[in-house]
Amino acid sequence: MKEAPMEEILKTQDLKAYFEELEILKGINLSIPKNRVTAIMGPSGCGKTTLLRCFNRMHEETPGAHTKGKIFLEGKDILSMNPILVRKMVGMVFQKPNPFPTMSIYENVLAGYRLNGIKLRKEEAQGIVEESLKKAVLWDEVKDFLHRRGTFLSGGQQQRLCIARALAVNPKLLLMDEPTSALDPKATRRVEELVTELKEAVTIVIVTHNTSQAGRVADYTAFLYLGELIEFGPTEELFTAPKDPRTEEYLTGKFG
Amino acid sequence: MKEQGIALRLWKDRVASLVIFALALIPLIPLFLILFQLFSKGASSLSLHFLTSLPRPPGEAGGGVVNAILGSILLVAMASILAVPTGVLAGIYLSEFYDRLLPNMVRTAADLLQGTPSIVIGIMACAWVVRPLHHFSALAGSAALAIIMLPVIVRTTEEVLVLVPKEIREGALALGVPRWRMILQVVLPTGLVGVATGILLSMARVAGETAPLLFTAFGNPFLSWKPTEPIDALPLVIFNYATSPYADWWRQAWAASLVLILLVLFLNTTARLAARKMGGR
Amino acid sequence: MESAKTDKIFEILTRSLGSLVLATAMGGFITLTILSWPSIKAFGPSFLWSTRWDPVQGQFGALPFIVGTLATSFLALFISTPFSLGTSLFLAEYSPPKIGNAVAFLVELLAAIPSVIYGLWGIFFLVPLVRKMEMAFNLPPYGVGGFTASLILAIMILPYATSVIREVISLVPQELREGAYALGATRWEVMRYVVLPYARSGILAGTVLALGRALGETMAITMVIGNRNELLRSIFEPTNTMASVIANEFTEATSSVYLSSLVEIGLVLFVITLVVNILARMVTERLKMEKGE
Repeated sequence: MKEAPMEEILKTQDLKAYFEELEILKGINLSIPKNRVTAIMGPSGCGKTTLLRCFNRMHEETPGAHTKGKIFLEGKDILSMNPILVRKMVGMVFQKPNPFPTMSIYENVLAGYRLNGIKLRKEEAQGIVEESLKKAVLWDEVKDFLHRRGTFLSGGQQQRLCIARALAVNPKLLLMDEPTSALDPKATRRVEELVTELKEAVTIVIVTHNTSQAGRVADYTAFLYLGELIEFGPTEELFTAPKDPRTEEYLTGKFG
Repeated sequence: MKEQGIALRLWKDRVASLVIFALALIPLIPLFLILFQLFSKGASSLSLHFLTSLPRPPGEAGGGVVNAILGSILLVAMASILAVPTGVLAGIYLSEFYDRLLPNMVRTAADLLQGTPSIVIGIMACAWVVRPLHHFSALAGSAALAIIMLPVIVRTTEEVLVLVPKEIREGALALGVPRWRMILQVVLPTGLVGVATGILLSMARVAGETAPLLFTAFGNPFLSWKPTEPIDALPLVIFNYATSPYADWWRQAWAASLVLILLVLFLNTTARLAARKMGGR
Repeated sequence: MESAKTDKIFEILTRSLGSLVLATAMGGFITLTILSWPSIKAFGPSFLWSTRWDPVQGQFGALPFIVGTLATSFLALFISTPFSLGTSLFLAEYSPPKIGNAVAFLVELLAAIPSVIYGLWGIFFLVPLVRKMEMAFNLPPYGVGGFTASLILAIMILPYATSVIREVISLVPQELREGAYALGATRWEVMRYVVLPYARSGILAGTVLALGRALGETMAITMVIGNRNELLRSIFEPTNTMASVIANEFTEATSSVYLSSLVEIGLVLFVITLVVNILARMVTERLKMEKGE
């Protein structure tokens, strides 16, 4: 079904996810290659967000949700770990930018430390803030008002602040759940450029229902349909020569 | 970089959960104690005799509170007659007519009245009704209760009616229905359950009010139907009996409290059930 | 034509009844001021800080009652706030929906119990209990007094604060919680660093609202506070609040200046609750603005 990637960072084994009785993921076997951008795409309701939320155990935060199967992050089964430890290694960026409105921009970047009860020396903290904001290409825009609240920033800036917040704790894996769905085209392009730049430093999994976005940013693409993994492979291959007719139908816009 | 161990953080989290559980459950202890004592102490003294006879002089055992039960009912009924039409129509004014200054002043006044201690409202009713008539009266008592009910009814009516969709109003107006009919026959019925809930809740509240009755309705050991005469009420009886030196009256205070709480809970639960039904629709 | 006329009549009718609400509030204030006039004239502003309340000599000062009211209300708030905060967090964040609904119902029940029944329970349950406690701590065993009144008040105001605080906590956007969980925070850390800071003006509003309730509460207090017209030196002593002294002495007031002094206490109480309610409203208005509504 897929050609083996050189080095995998995350691997799922017969992963099933449920809301109450409803089976949303029906046994997913997927390997995410390290230091690459992997897109998960599919029509709405196919379970792509659920799959992503399994990778940092956020799925279980919803009442009535549970999972079966195995997810290995660098060989360790994260479903048997404490979710808190998982989330320190796996960062997440949400659909809607969600900077904490009670914290300044500076505090927002450091939220991953503060919320985890980690105390930083001042120089350390300043270094992390600057580095993370630079990685998120936000530093030049906000460096003069780091101690103001982030709520006055534009939607795109807020989303990049959330990316900086996720990067600040040096995650092994960054999950992005349709990170541009609430943004205008210009802000979307900046986030997409950022994603391509970031893959040097961090593995990214991005959920999108926008096939052209997957084409622009992803090295690998997984196509999910009705809770099943239909096809997974290098983006170019999957786009030019889909093996499954359903993938082809989706790509040509027959559904979704 | 100094990091707290995960074990410590999880331990803190568990302690916090336990503390929050405890903080939420401890306030229920007095509630259960009050209800338990009301039922255990009140039920033993509750009898047909208690419900149907008049009080006896102090020191003499027996007697009942029929005057207070009927008095409470009469007071709440009269207060409702005064407050319901006024409150509903004033609420309609706030939701349906767009004057410039007056509505906000009325809203502020209603909020102000709602926050006014009931004892202060008792003084007002005393000044407005008792003084001109030169004696305490059921009318003064129900006026005081009506002033307490009024702001609740006004604000609930307004809140419920502004939620009635514009389409419903326009649909009625498009049929050539005059505005007052549109309001009374289309808008008000749409929000009726909500308005009724507000009315019942305000009735439940004033049925238990004591302070504003102290120097308006005053109390009366005999049966009375006249609005211009003093009248008794369950809360007044409870207060007078509980603070009296007679053990038999203490017993009767518990029984009267049981009657009162059943009355209040009946009104209150009816209102809340109605509200829930509306919410489910 | 006919209907236009009826429309106009209807509009005038509702407007007059709306004005009646306004007139009641304003009339109330004016009436209280007029009736307090003899006392205001006789004692001037020193009424507010004089501690002497002497119906026999015709000397009246309200300080003991102002102090009694503030002391019992703030102590009640101090006792009650951890519980209302805890209950709100429990209802909004910790409890499964079914248990939460049941607890919410019971907490609302606390608000439905008439004040006079709290007073009755206070006299026959709480007062003996406090007396035992006072004996254990070698305090004069009054049983009644400011402390007992504060305890009852704390229970009575809890549902009011809880309903407001619970509401604002449930308004904290879910994305913020998720954002914090995704960074690896525990539930308590999410509460402490995200939910509570976000809800703090609402928590303040709920607390101020509860304070307003406490200041005006009458019957339960009157029944357990001991009704002593002297300045409080210890919270365990019997004393009186503004509301309880009116409840106790209004029908007994024989001279006109005595009655007028009681009305003036009512006026002061009216103004204080007015200020507190305006404060609560300002906090909620600010809250709405912050949330961009």
